[in-house]
Amino acid sequence: MPVMTYLEAIRQGIWEEMERDDRVFMLGEDIGAYGGAFKLSAGMQEHFGPNRIVDTPLAENAFVGAAIGAAMMGLRPIVEMQFADFISTCYDLIVNYAAKARYRWGAGVPIVIRGPSGGGVHGGPFHSNNPEIAFVHTPGLKVVVPATAYDAKGLIKAAIRDPDPVLYFEHKLLYRRIKEDVPADDYIVPLGQARVARAGTDISVITYGAMVYVALEAAEKLIREGNGVNVEVIDLRCLVPLDSEAVLASVRKTSRVILLHEDTRTAGFAGELAAQIACDAFDYLDAPVLRVTAPDCPVPYSPPLEDAFLPKAADVIAAVRRSMAY
Amino acid sequence: MATVTRELGSRLLHTMKLMRELEHRIENLYRQGKIVGGVFIGRGQEAISAGSAIQTLPDDVVCPSHRDLAAFLLRGLPPWMLVANYLGRKDAPTRGRDGNTHMGALPLGIISYISSMAAIVPVANGVAFSFQYRKQPNVVLCYFGDGATSRGEWHEALNFGAVFKLPIVYLCNNNQYAYSTPVSRQMAVEHITDRAQGYGIPCQRVDGNDVLAVYAATGKAIARARKGEGPTLVECETFRMTGHSAHDGAEYVPQELFEKWKKKDPILRFEKYLLDHKLLSRRGIDELYAKVQAEVEAAVTRAEQSPYPDPGELLEGVYASAEEDHSPQMTRGKRETGSCQ
Repeated sequence: MPVMTYLEAIRQGIWEEMERDDRVFMLGEDIGAYGGAFKLSAGMQEHFGPNRIVDTPLAENAFVGAAIGAAMMGLRPIVEMQFADFISTCYDLIVNYAAKARYRWGAGVPIVIRGPSGGGVHGGPFHSNNPEIAFVHTPGLKVVVPATAYDAKGLIKAAIRDPDPVLYFEHKLLYRRIKEDVPADDYIVPLGQARVARAGTDISVITYGAMVYVALEAAEKLIREGNGVNVEVIDLRCLVPLDSEAVLASVRKTSRVILLHEDTRTAGFAGELAAQIACDAFDYLDAPVLRVTAPDCPVPYSPPLEDAFLPKAADVIAAVRRSMAY
Repeated sequence: MATVTRELGSRLLHTMKLMRELEHRIENLYRQGKIVGGVFIGRGQEAISAGSAIQTLPDDVVCPSHRDLAAFLLRGLPPWMLVANYLGRKDAPTRGRDGNTHMGALPLGIISYISSMAAIVPVANGVAFSFQYRKQPNVVLCYFGDGATSRGEWHEALNFGAVFKLPIVYLCNNNQYAYSTPVSRQMAVEHITDRAQGYGIPCQRVDGNDVLAVYAATGKAIARARKGEGPTLVECETFRMTGHSAHDGAEYVPQELFEKWKKKDPILRFEKYLLDHKLLSRRGIDELYAKVQAEVEAAVTRAEQSPYPDPGELLEGVYASAEEDHSPQMTRGKRETGSCQ
């Protein structure tokens, strides 16, 4: 199997889908000859032509709207948000148009809106956000948050084939840092199936995106410390549809749980998970459900501030200790 | 001026009259408490959607706004379905999920607008983009009011349409008021066309109460779009003869404006044209109107026979069902809900 980066895996997934289905095209800012701000589409316009790798004016409403209209006519548009933060500029079209069209009048909107989210690269308050929760809270949308290169490819392919609008949040910190063996052939990672990133017995850390690596780092450190805590890490892969069964199964197995995300705390996804666990696994819990998240503030630029903002393995370890001591 | 045959004249008059009488009945159903949501009608503005949508071919697409009922009728949506949508019934295009003219029907080439009305403009562009992508010689008619032209989505979309030379006609129903806001509060320029010119889009401004003027201008714009020459904006100047919706008495509109525009009623004007040009007789017109009344009655009766939706259908269609899902790998189309709600 070829070794490729998380970014190359996404590109290969899109490339393969464009080869197999001429209804698939991609539009966005600077994605053509320039190849995109992160060079994700480098070489694609050369191969597929400017009609399928479409450079647009700098106007998110215009190109997200165009994708919605084209999707209703049977095409399969992929929209690149140059940075996920900018998705706020076209919130209306996504939550009022795309999300409700099937429910209102039976018009499916098979679009994928994808782009880099997340911090850790000193992008500052407008290039580091994790905007997933607004869309998780909008019925009609699906939300995908890949952590590995294998999943990045399999999930983008599933997203493109999906009949509903899918928001696919890449994590920019992982783009070139994650390198793995990725099959060069056609495979799908189905939406709505979580993954056990590390099997453990004593406590579950439920997470997604770049925080999967923070959870794994914490788990390894705890093993190295030799205090006998064996952490299970669940990578959700998708927030909608959510694999609640996988979450509950892990909690029932370990009876202790940490909910970890890079997004800010209040009304973040951990809150929803905590409610589901409290409802459906209360009898299994040996300790309170704990959250490790970013604090409720914008993502700051300066390294010491951004460092303080982002959840770290040490934060997870502290939460594990608190839970184990309960 | 377009050549008008008896057949075209009858069809235009029939459509405008049907729109007016249907909307009149819809207002009454609202006053009787049978329609529970908003009622937005286009009295006095019938010429705009009638004179334009009549020019579309079967594979063209219309994106009507809320005072463009004739566009739905001309694309073949049965009148009873429009009434049923207002009544929130199961057989309506939205099956009770949405009301008034918030509806579409893909097989008829009708794409639904939404309440933040400028949002339809970039979406309509996407439909036009699909025609261009597939090298299909079809066009889109995208309707909106003067208020929508203040929104960023509208401006982004007009620019995008011009850059891509999309096969689309932007039709502005400039009825001078957006809810209570007069057009002088929407913009510092005089006309909607002044806004579009900045995007390099050719514009035509027409008397929106003259169905033949709308017909001619739209015909030209459609021909341009079909030839691949890009979008045109047609500004139809008209007046809203009602409040924003049925609950709104429009006391903020000076009475003399209603008086002035009443004299320009598009249906009476077109009647006169047909009579003057001996295309229809008074008797012919009266017969046509009697037929319209019967259609309206039949539509209301049929709509009222349609049942209300079953609350058990509440969650249907938020996501594609398994049958609609062409991705065999997709295992879960619905959100998981725990035992506690």
